[in-house]
Amino acid sequence: MSLLSGARDRFILGENRFGLRPDLGLVASMVEPGSRILDVGCGDGALLDYLVRENGCDGRGMEISQAGVNACVARGLPAVQGDADRHLVDYPDDSFDYVILSHTLQAVHRPGEVLHQMMRIADVAIVSILNFGHWRARLSMVTRGRMPHTRFLPEPWFMTSTIRPCTVRDFMDLVRLEGLLTGDCYGIANEREVTVIRSGFEGQSNLFAEQAVFEVLPAKRRKPGRRS
Amino acid sequence: MTEAPKAVHEIQDDLPGPRAELAGGVPVRLESGERLGPVRVAYQTWGTLNDARSNTVLICHALTGDQYAFGTHPVTEKNGWWESMVGPGKPIDTDRFFVVCPNCLGGCMGTTGPAAVNPATGELYGTSFPIITMGDMVNVQAMLLDHLGIEKVMCVIGGSMGAMQVLDWAARYPDRVVSAVPIAGAARHSAQNIAFHEVGRQAIMADPNWCGGFYYREGKRPEKGLSVARMAAHITYLSEPALWRKFGRELQNRYMKSYEGFGADFQVESYLRHQGASFVERFDANAYLYITRAMDYFDLEADHGGDLAKAWQGTKTRFLLTSFTSDWLFPTSESKEVVHALIRAGVNVSFVEIESDKGHDAFLLDEPDLFETTAGFLDSVARDLGF
Repeated sequence: MSLLSGARDRFILGENRFGLRPDLGLVASMVEPGSRILDVGCGDGALLDYLVRENGCDGRGMEISQAGVNACVARGLPAVQGDADRHLVDYPDDSFDYVILSHTLQAVHRPGEVLHQMMRIADVAIVSILNFGHWRARLSMVTRGRMPHTRFLPEPWFMTSTIRPCTVRDFMDLVRLEGLLTGDCYGIANEREVTVIRSGFEGQSNLFAEQAVFEVLPAKRRKPGRRS
Repeated sequence: MTEAPKAVHEIQDDLPGPRAELAGGVPVRLESGERLGPVRVAYQTWGTLNDARSNTVLICHALTGDQYAFGTHPVTEKNGWWESMVGPGKPIDTDRFFVVCPNCLGGCMGTTGPAAVNPATGELYGTSFPIITMGDMVNVQAMLLDHLGIEKVMCVIGGSMGAMQVLDWAARYPDRVVSAVPIAGAARHSAQNIAFHEVGRQAIMADPNWCGGFYYREGKRPEKGLSVARMAAHITYLSEPALWRKFGRELQNRYMKSYEGFGADFQVESYLRHQGASFVERFDANAYLYITRAMDYFDLEADHGGDLAKAWQGTKTRFLLTSFTSDWLFPTSESKEVVHALIRAGVNVSFVEIESDKGHDAFLLDEPDLFETTAGFLDSVARDLGF
């Protein structure tokens, strides 16, 4: 947890010497070193690279853009071209400790089905989302009468890859609806100010977090048994 | 009149490079059940084997390739067929890796094949040579590594038919292969590809100089047939955009259509004729028959009870597959089938599709994405091995 500092419920993400984006640094800190990781929507492999080289993880990536895949492979990371909606079904049961979807779940057609696939493949899913419940997004809609257009949601509605915009509350509802549980959850504001989200008290993060990171767990298991 | 160049079967014993007599001259058991031998393998090596004997890269060549991947080719006097990939500082870095490239079983550049002497008769095999398979080629390569004292290779790499061998290698000898890089390949030969091969074989066998496969003793060569086979095949290695860019409908050394019989009016005709004519100087017609047949027989899925994932179930070998968007001979869909099977088998696999309009031959050409991804992959394999 060297990335984190400050009080227990609120802390500031520290500088990452690898230049990893702060929210990815938070995701990385939620992953047990040496574990088996599938990063879905791994982009050019920034997080995967960190997890493999610094955390000794056995990491694999899936990415929808071929350019991203090629970039990963060129830096020596295992990656395949694939679409979370269609290609998670190929992976065998329990083949990973963690599946990570950073800023990816809002880009899939069937988020519920994708969550279940993740639970089938791995013990824990780590999902990060952009929070459309942030006060700026709300204000932007109310005052301008247009889709949120803010610093952290800079793209116009017809450009964004986020085809399933949702809020912190919406996401937690989906997890419950699918019969799953959330573990550790964090809201992030101003790129590095983190607030721990307590179940039932997510209102504040829903208003002030620009993005949020959730640990999603299968039902009836508080903490999964992790393989070393 | 200048003397006609010597046939391949007449020069193969004089070609440069080492030869290995496999298994101490004991005949090799083929997948067909037949025995063949003694088997000799001609090969080339570059770079130095490290003390841990862990830095070997085995290159499997394509249908009409040979062991001369790097350096001047002794027959054509052109650059080796994979100079873009192999050499100092290249993705297959000969400063860092010990690179071995054997001529495949059934080939005609010094390895035992239909143009070699049958020790039982003292005559060249011709069509008395037994039918061989990809598996036989791979087994012979494994025996060559035994001969060289190499237990494990850091990578088996190859394009096209070479990619088939790479996939077979990883299925057959998982403990000997740290990583596998099949480029523009497939786990089985498609019906369309078998069909094209059949056209080539029929062209060769329809040439009266083929003599049932015993043209050597007749002092003849089925050059016309082999060159037509090459012309037909060569089209499948390219793409319509590549042909159009290179030739369009341009005429050859003339301003207008000749309206005179069937000379090469179009540049593309002239180009194909040249491809055919130069090919017969470095390739044996029977070798072409046997190797195309071996490719047609290749079907890893059928070999594993209809479930391709079983070919590599639980293997520790790391894979990198590469395909090219305009390749219609070994299209991306074929590579993807392998990738999905490997994922089902829980294998560490990477897959790269490269945007190129150069068709199947792109794997031999200047494709920066191919170099970058292959270099990155091989570097990470080497670093995992600690060098």
